[in-house]
Amino acid sequence: MESVLGRYRNLIILMGVLFLQVLGLAVQVKRNSNDAENTRLIRIWAVGAITPLERGLVWAQNSTGNLWHNYIYLRGVRAENRQLKDQIERMHLEQVRLSEDAAQARRLQTLLAFKEQFIAKTVAAQVIGSSASDLSRIVYIDKGEKEGLKRDMAVITANGIVGKVLLVYPSVAQVLLINDQSSGVGALLEKTRLQGVLRGTPNGEIVLERVMSDEQVPVGETVLTSGGDQIFPKGLPVGTITTVGNGKDLFLNVKVKPAADLSKLEEVLVLVEKQDRQATADDSPHVRAADILAQRLPSVPDKPATDAKPAGDSAAENTSPAAATSGEIKPQPKTGGTLDAKPQTGAKPLVPAVGQAAKVAPSSAPKAASSAVGAANEPNPAQIKPVSTPTTPAKAPSTSPAPPDESNPH
Amino acid sequence: MPITYTSGEQVEVYRFSIPVTIGVPLLALFLQAFVPRRLPFFSYFDLPLLVTIYFAMARRNPISGLLTGAVIGLVQDCLGGHAIGLYGIAKTVVGYGASSLGVKLDVENAGARLLVTLGFYLVHGIVYFTVARGLANLTLDWSWGRGILEGLANAVLGVFLYFVLDKFKQRT
Repeated sequence: MESVLGRYRNLIILMGVLFLQVLGLAVQVKRNSNDAENTRLIRIWAVGAITPLERGLVWAQNSTGNLWHNYIYLRGVRAENRQLKDQIERMHLEQVRLSEDAAQARRLQTLLAFKEQFIAKTVAAQVIGSSASDLSRIVYIDKGEKEGLKRDMAVITANGIVGKVLLVYPSVAQVLLINDQSSGVGALLEKTRLQGVLRGTPNGEIVLERVMSDEQVPVGETVLTSGGDQIFPKGLPVGTITTVGNGKDLFLNVKVKPAADLSKLEEVLVLVEKQDRQATADDSPHVRAADILAQRLPSVPDKPATDAKPAGDSAAENTSPAAATSGEIKPQPKTGGTLDAKPQTGAKPLVPAVGQAAKVAPSSAPKAASSAVGAANEPNPAQIKPVSTPTTPAKAPSTSPAPPDESNPH
Repeated sequence: MPITYTSGEQVEVYRFSIPVTIGVPLLALFLQAFVPRRLPFFSYFDLPLLVTIYFAMARRNPISGLLTGAVIGLVQDCLGGHAIGLYGIAKTVVGYGASSLGVKLDVENAGARLLVTLGFYLVHGIVYFTVARGLANLTLDWSWGRGILEGLANAVLGVFLYFVLDKFKQRT
């Protein structure tokens, strides 16, 4: 017996080691292979051994890069700064225009009692490493429990969603990317509103599952999160459809190119806090594009105040606080408000700018929503009447979108 | 003839200092986790596997080889998101096989190392594929063409890596 054990000692030890690992594997699979909490301790040791090196190297790399870019290599920075300032000016105008649209959309949503999920708080994190295996699409980020991260928090970039937090350690966290085969994200198509489930494939691609083969799925359509997975808020960009083919059974095989470059992630945002809240109309006073444009116009001689006064008075009547807070959608003669707010620019010379303002502030609310509010969007002659020119009020309450015209009339 | 049959007494058995024994596998795991984020093509290489093969062949002790493979594989599993044991089992088999082969064959020259690394890369892939599909219920695609190409790339890298690691080995 002893001679047999001695002769096959190596083989017996091999079998023993393999048996132990198979046993451990079987226990994990039986519990739930995706529940990595069961093997937390051994993972903590491994991650604790590897990630400090990664953090150190990333820190050294960033420090060197910052030193070079922020203190040494500053060629062209002034010119770029000038360009960026110009760009900020342009974007400020655009932002004002968009905020008007958003306010109108919120008012409409209030009427329809939409319930929205808002991103309340995010934590920026840096990707410091990966899973050491191309079969497991996982990255490590340099934020963990200390920064308030928890399991199943969504991880995004400015371009689109990235994945979810799988495991959290004191100072690092493991993120399961959306192209891992064990990942699943509720998704819907932007235009056709078809819903499906995004899954990763073994070779790192992303497919949209559960789309019936009789549906029309256009290539190039944008895929958004549906919010059905309770991890990602609704409406975040996921990617675009690249190919559509016949899949198994009655479903289509839809491949999606992720909006975020998952192979070159550097910085990500973790959604640490979401809020479910009812959409409310924003009744706070806000700056309109017309006001900004009017401020930028060269000053012109004041006309007699008799032209502007009636318009201003009537505008004040139309924009009563009660109407604003009640969330009613009423056509607001914006030209009157502009004249009232900026009387120094004069009424008549402002006409081109006022016309512009009407174009700059289009309504981008959904048509369905517009029709839902029904008569509220009907122009009220009594409200539109007192304005400076007869043509302007007709444009102001219009709900048809018009392209912004930012050319200076002067 | 790159691979020559030698008796157990003829082959050299090497050992390594403790810092090398611990540091080199850790460095391999670190690089495997860190570099592919910066250089995506690096994900085709499996540095922990190359280190497992090297230590197993140099020590020529099957028990030492299989334990080295098991530890490196399990740590690699811990860094991933799947169940722990997939890489552990595959690298245990490779470590045992490489050390057993090292006892019987002279694998000191570049040609032998190239062939041995290619062979064990395929063995590793097949064992991993089998265990992942059979035990962990993962969906994986196996391609011989891809496996051989990646095996060749790993074998070429392995030949250079082994020459670097030769500097650290000590005769018993």
